[in-house]
Amino acid sequence: MTREIERVANIPVVQIATIVPIMLTVGTNRVVPGVAIPHPVGDPRKGPEIDHTLRRNLLLKALDAMQTEIQEQTIFE
Amino acid sequence: MQYRIVHYINQFYAGKGGEDKADHKPESVPSPVGPGSEITRLLKEAGGEGEIVGTVICGDSYYGENIEEARATCLALIEAFKPDLLIAGPAFNAGRYGVACGDIASAAGEKLGIPTVTSMFKENPGLELYGKGCYVVPSSESARSMRKDLAAMTELGLKLVKKIPMGPAREEGYFSRGIRKCFFKEKTGAARAVDMMLARLRGEEFHTEYEMPVFKKIPPALPVRDIKNATIAIISSGGVVPVGNPDHIRVSSADSFGSYSIAGINDLTPENYESIHGGYDRAMAAIDPDCIVPVDELRKLEKEGAFKKLHDFFYTTTGTGTSVNNAEKFGQEIGEILRNAEVDAAILTST
Repeated sequence: MTREIERVANIPVVQIATIVPIMLTVGTNRVVPGVAIPHPVGDPRKGPEIDHTLRRNLLLKALDAMQTEIQEQTIFE
Repeated sequence: MQYRIVHYINQFYAGKGGEDKADHKPESVPSPVGPGSEITRLLKEAGGEGEIVGTVICGDSYYGENIEEARATCLALIEAFKPDLLIAGPAFNAGRYGVACGDIASAAGEKLGIPTVTSMFKENPGLELYGKGCYVVPSSESARSMRKDLAAMTELGLKLVKKIPMGPAREEGYFSRGIRKCFFKEKTGAARAVDMMLARLRGEEFHTEYEMPVFKKIPPALPVRDIKNATIAIISSGGVVPVGNPDHIRVSSADSFGSYSIAGINDLTPENYESIHGGYDRAMAAIDPDCIVPVDELRKLEKEGAFKKLHDFFYTTTGTGTSVNNAEKFGQEIGEILRNAEVDAAILTST
């Protein structure tokens, strides 16, 4: 889905998820590893503060990834 | 009963000439020509159940350059013989010939409703283009496998025309057409998986029952140059939808995606949004759906000016058991929407 959105809209699509090899296999170009499978962008168990900080940091990383020129599939750790 | 068979070949195998005659226009002859005589011999050997009643010949360049017209003319020539079966080629690794064989075999199958079989090398572009529309028997790269390929095509063709149930590609000797059939096996899936694993450990041959799809790669899109003026969209395959799942998106093996307005929404709350995804523990999603579709923090970043605007809709589906075909289709449709909305970049979260 990520790859086809990127191709058709011709815009960078940053995927945040946890199983990085799957994203690479299906052709995602900009990968940001997420927190965990059931909650990729946050962790509500750890309380609102940590949850929101985790989320914000991942989104900042994604914003950074979409502004980065890349030649091949890249993981933004 | 004598089955009526038409054979399609190019100008070269018809003895008309090589590249200098590649613009040869379609013609038909009411008898076997070239490799057709070997098919005739094979048919006699197999008990004389069929005969070649006609050969249709067309130059490879002529077919390739006038594909619509060549197809229509050749189809009419084939139909005039009132055939029960069409055999085309073999085309080996000849690209234009492979395309012509695949095209005419697919078209004859579709328009005349008869079984068709051709043969080509696995890298022939005709296989990629037409391999799902007709039976294609593997050949070698060159004519050295001619006799074997003619025999394989004849055997498969007779089986098709006699309506003998066709088994799987690997057993019957044709390229997979991507068709899966459901049937019962004596052993359960668990027992078969163990057998397969043991065969693998012993270094024996084994075959998967579910081929992994081949995924495409694309060159990365250019980065966003001016983030301060960019519109960003949020998409997810994590199954977050408005409470009640108004569009009935399936909990797994999704065949649709939803698009929901988030204009003016600063936070996804469990009162208004839920996850219907059937492939993970939704306990965290039930506490705060933003841990999957992060509208709250995106809204804050938007207000801070990290980017200009959060696109007014979010797009959502469930990515569990969803076929690659469907996922690609959703991607294409969402991509189209984002392009028309002049969205500059997107974040897609997956569970």
